[in-house]
Amino acid sequence: MSSATVLEARNIVKELGRGAGKVRALKGVSLDLKAGELTLLMGPSGSGKTTLLSILGCILTPSEGTLTVAGTDTTGLTAEQLAVLRRQKIGFIFQSYNLFPTLTAEENVRLALDVRGERGSEATVAAQRALQQVGLGHRLKSYPGNMSGGEQQRVAVARAIAGKPSVILADEPTAALDSENGQAVMELLADVAQSTNHAVLAVTHDPRTMKYADRILKIEDGLLVGEERRPEGVDTIHQLARGKKRKK
Amino acid sequence: MTLTLAFRNLFHDRVRLAVTLVGILFSIVLVAVQLGLFLGARKMITATIERADGDVWIMAYGTKNFEEAQPIAARQKFTALSTPGVIDAKELVAAFTDWKKPTGGSSIVVVVGSDPQEGPLVPWNIAEGSVSQLNTRDAVFIDKTYLEDLGIKAVGDIAQVSGNRARVTGLTDGVRSFTVTPFVFTTLSRARQFLSMPSDMTTYVLAKTEPGVDPVAVRDAIRAKIPDGEVLTKDEFRSRSLNHWLFATGAGVALIGGAILGLIVGTVIVAQTLYSSTKDHLNEFATLRALGSSSGYIHRVILAQAALSGALGYVLGMIIALAIVWFTENTALPIVMTPGLAALLLGLTLFMCAISALAAISKVTRIDPAMVFNR
Repeated sequence: MSSATVLEARNIVKELGRGAGKVRALKGVSLDLKAGELTLLMGPSGSGKTTLLSILGCILTPSEGTLTVAGTDTTGLTAEQLAVLRRQKIGFIFQSYNLFPTLTAEENVRLALDVRGERGSEATVAAQRALQQVGLGHRLKSYPGNMSGGEQQRVAVARAIAGKPSVILADEPTAALDSENGQAVMELLADVAQSTNHAVLAVTHDPRTMKYADRILKIEDGLLVGEERRPEGVDTIHQLARGKKRKK
Repeated sequence: MTLTLAFRNLFHDRVRLAVTLVGILFSIVLVAVQLGLFLGARKMITATIERADGDVWIMAYGTKNFEEAQPIAARQKFTALSTPGVIDAKELVAAFTDWKKPTGGSSIVVVVGSDPQEGPLVPWNIAEGSVSQLNTRDAVFIDKTYLEDLGIKAVGDIAQVSGNRARVTGLTDGVRSFTVTPFVFTTLSRARQFLSMPSDMTTYVLAKTEPGVDPVAVRDAIRAKIPDGEVLTKDEFRSRSLNHWLFATGAGVALIGGAILGLIVGTVIVAQTLYSSTKDHLNEFATLRALGSSSGYIHRVILAQAALSGALGYVLGMIIALAIVWFTENTALPIVMTPGLAALLLGLTLFMCAISALAAISKVTRIDPAMVFNR
């Protein structure tokens, strides 16, 4: 693969709690995320998936190790500097969508752009374009409460991609969805990874999502214990469905 | 978007919004009424001093306010006139006495006697009649607010002041006393007659200074000549009267205390509702933080919520406050609303809302964006 590495984690250790209650949630995790790839992070409950996702998303800071996001070493950055990095380089998709119920789909996406300082008609056009990209061009003015779970998660995907981040991190993106909607969201994430050249990492338990992945990382007890990469030349289900071949 | 989000957060829970607005409204009305009463009282206390044509007042030693002064020798007028910088000096009589109503019963009044042509204090805001009519036999002017209190139905009615015949020949509008004791304006000689005061006595001598002459210098010069009297500039006498009625009697302290209480109640109510609203939207604020918003961005949302609540509450509160002002306009204790007070109330409301937002901001500052993964 010749894709660029956009996120680089080295020997990440995270200790949670204090004193006797201190727990080593991550015990030295190293990984790279590359542009154009959909990576799945799988593991049992309590294995450290969400902690790792929080660190890769610059929401938590590691106790030890280094993290570089889009060329920026995060070591020693303050909470506000990490927030700047998040809004410029990272898009998030949450299990429970985390949409703002009082804002329309378009406003939810515009809010994420507003946080980045993008305002006015350009932001509106960008929000509309992102929603059209996820197939919700007809639901711009709908409120989350009037949308299905699948639609809400697609709004969340639109919100994540609207600001053109380098990395998209998804926490159990299909957990709250039925099978059909779950597959639709995974197809969308795979499409986002390939067509917009984002690095996408999705934390999941769901084995049905594996067929969309370029790479699967397995985590257990705070350590990466395995990595499966789709063999060169073998298309994912998603690519087969789209009739595309991966570039050699 | 911060304003949109703040607006939607506010209007999303209309019951909470209603509680917030009632809190702000209650606070504004309470503060407006208390400060309006304070201003109204201030205006009434100083009205006669402001209106009287004199820069330096000579009076009995220890005089605390306009209504309660002991007589002094009228020759002090010549003492004043002989002082450099004084271009004129006039006598003014004012004292409490008894008014017998034509309908039966009596009431306490403050008789104010002054030359109708020369002053220094003739009735103003004339609603009926003219000041020259004070020169007619037994003539007095009263304020139309007190017609009923004084048993008078209309101009022309007869009453008695300290056993002397008094005929109402004119009415003023809004010339009221802080003590709620009606003013009875008449001539200097008739006032002396009403008060059984010898013609060589007066209550005040008001000296008018030459243009450009410092009244303080004139006061000092007169004071040197009348060591056992009280000589004050207009500003000093105004301050002394205000201090007496508003602070020595505790009336002003009660009014200001009521206004502070209103502010505290409003602040607590707004703070409580803002805090609980912020708590309810904590996940959304955590999401914003996870999406990379700065702390300042979230603070702006909360402050915008507070400011919107304040602005809405202010408009509603002012509508009610202005209605109260209108209803009390012709009462013995009118509430005054000035553009300055309206601006002060707006400032106080926004300040109150900003203070109220502090608890919510403190809560949201401690937010852990990682909670977005725990829902």
